[in-house]
Amino acid sequence: MTRHVAGGWPGAGSGSPRTLFEKIWARHVVVEGPGDHALLYVDRHLLHEGATHALRRLAAAGRTVRRPDLTFATADHYVRTAPGALAPDPEIQAMVETLVEHTARHGIVTFGPGDPRRGIVHVIGPELGLTLPGLTVVCGDSHTATHGALGALAFGIGASEVEHVLATQTLWQRRPRTLRVTIEGRLPLGVTAKDVALAVVAALGAGGGTGHVIEYAGATVRAMSIEERLTLCNMAIEAGARAGMVAPDETTFAYLEGRPFAPRGDRWARALEFWRTLPSDPGARFDRELALAAGDVAPTVTWGTSPQDAAPITGRVPDPATVRDPVRRRAMERALAYMGLRPGTPLAGIPVDRVFIGSCTNSRLEDLRAAARVVRGRRAVVPAWVVPGSGLVKRAAEAEGLDRVFVEAGFEWREPGCSMCVGMNGEVGREGERVASTSNRNFEGRQGRGARTHLMSPAMAAAAAVTGRLTDVRTLVS
Amino acid sequence: MPSFTRLTAVAAPLDLPHVDTDRIVPARFLRLPRGAPEYARALFHDLRFDAAGAERPEFVLNQPPYREARILVTAENFGCGSSREMAVWALAAWGIRAVIAPSLGDIFRQNCLKNGLLPVLLDAAVVADLRRQLHARPGAAVTVDLETQTVTTPAGVVHRFEIDPFHKALLLSGQDELALTLAHESAIRAFEARLAAEQPWVVPPPAP
Repeated sequence: MTRHVAGGWPGAGSGSPRTLFEKIWARHVVVEGPGDHALLYVDRHLLHEGATHALRRLAAAGRTVRRPDLTFATADHYVRTAPGALAPDPEIQAMVETLVEHTARHGIVTFGPGDPRRGIVHVIGPELGLTLPGLTVVCGDSHTATHGALGALAFGIGASEVEHVLATQTLWQRRPRTLRVTIEGRLPLGVTAKDVALAVVAALGAGGGTGHVIEYAGATVRAMSIEERLTLCNMAIEAGARAGMVAPDETTFAYLEGRPFAPRGDRWARALEFWRTLPSDPGARFDRELALAAGDVAPTVTWGTSPQDAAPITGRVPDPATVRDPVRRRAMERALAYMGLRPGTPLAGIPVDRVFIGSCTNSRLEDLRAAARVVRGRRAVVPAWVVPGSGLVKRAAEAEGLDRVFVEAGFEWREPGCSMCVGMNGEVGREGERVASTSNRNFEGRQGRGARTHLMSPAMAAAAAVTGRLTDVRTLVS
Repeated sequence: MPSFTRLTAVAAPLDLPHVDTDRIVPARFLRLPRGAPEYARALFHDLRFDAAGAERPEFVLNQPPYREARILVTAENFGCGSSREMAVWALAAWGIRAVIAPSLGDIFRQNCLKNGLLPVLLDAAVVADLRRQLHARPGAAVTVDLETQTVTTPAGVVHRFEIDPFHKALLLSGQDELALTLAHESAIRAFEARLAAEQPWVVPPPAP
């Protein structure tokens, strides 16, 4: 039924041009088959509080963690981000304690309460040099796609799969198809990686990338910093693709060199040599292609309850009457009713009740700088939070005075965590509250029962905070 | 995990496209332990119940003929979004054993397969027609047969579906993947030896 892979790396040295994905996949096959399935080796397994479901089952079965040296943990989803105690209630306190106890017993390095490196799992993986090109990275969280920005094959998994990886360091996976999204041209003023990410989701549709791995390519992507690429790959899952990736290049290597868990000395040199072989070969074939012109992307906001419901801030709330398919028309009517919006309303000018700047999509230093540039010299007119992605991001931002910019403008400067992105830590919007948010999901109830989410970039969220309305950031900065 | 062979049961139609896993089980319920019976009430919680906790009569699973449903027939991209396996635990706790859809979120589909819940993908027009039949004849039964890879509609029309042989075998036997993987211990060990020799940099240096 299956065949073992003997000898050299499967597919190594084969003549036909291969994609970045194909090279990484082939390099990690432990057992090939049956069919298009393979048993894949996992190089990095990242855990958060949600992993306690799997850790408890593992303990109950009397199993050990096969590779604690490839496994790392943090607390981000359930912790609160107000100053003071991390756990908002005894149940969450117990959850964090369980995570810390179990990981300690297994010898897993944990960035837990009190550790300055603690933060959102998808922020700290790259930041600490745990995520490297060519690796397979998994985590029990769908935004694991983020790590693909460094040229890794990274995807989210469920609780049973977390348990499987803890026990065996492998996963049975069906080989996905490949989809290349090529973006060419310079991003216009005021347009960010977040706007590109939303434009890609809108172009593909929320299910358009299902069954595929996306490789983002083209001059626009090559010109992006690693933090911008992380934002782009983060939202691959919002188009249905489990993984998004960018080929490693000099930008990647410069970002990684010297990070605490990156290889050093001779190992760095050997790694670098291998990483340079990873980019897709000229002439490599993708199952699907999508091309986008950077010049066509505008500052973007969502108006509905799916990330695909995105439009330029200069646009209007769409009219369901123009949608022919009855299922989609009813879905749009429902979304507008939930969002409290009328067809034809200009998006710019819609009043917001609060602002959230944070999440694994947009909580890194460059995001906070972009928001601070808009905020400087202005005041927030609605409650607004800034939640740095990690303790290290927070410290770096404070070193350059960003915290003071926010605090002087009336923003709350908070502790790292997932906060208002996940709705499981008590930090949620109220029923009917309209939130300008830099997170990744505008689903019904995502930010609290009845809360209304508009997704946008950090600069756009900052503009909404200082005007109290959805605002084209280009009208505030030159 | 429970095996899946053949099921004839009431099927409930859910017409909304892109039903994300947050809607299937809201985040505030995710700390319930695996196997907790409370997951049955958490299923579609904010669609099924109003803010005061009363049932919303318009929601399909609150309507008498569909309360017995063991099969859910959905629109496109059901189960998109978050990787939470609790979405599958909640469906299973409520009693759903198969989901028929034109397309499913990838991680949700994987999670179904780990819990003996059969994901069935059929052509969008076929699924839309099936939902129409179920609206027209509330409480009508559908048969899902994994062995023959067929769905039989209330009208008796048989549709064949595709499923990979790997998961078909696991679902039919109820064997979970972990047991299968443990039989490949020597292959994993060989892989690790090669990794250590050829790419030692993959293992991170000790924590600074």
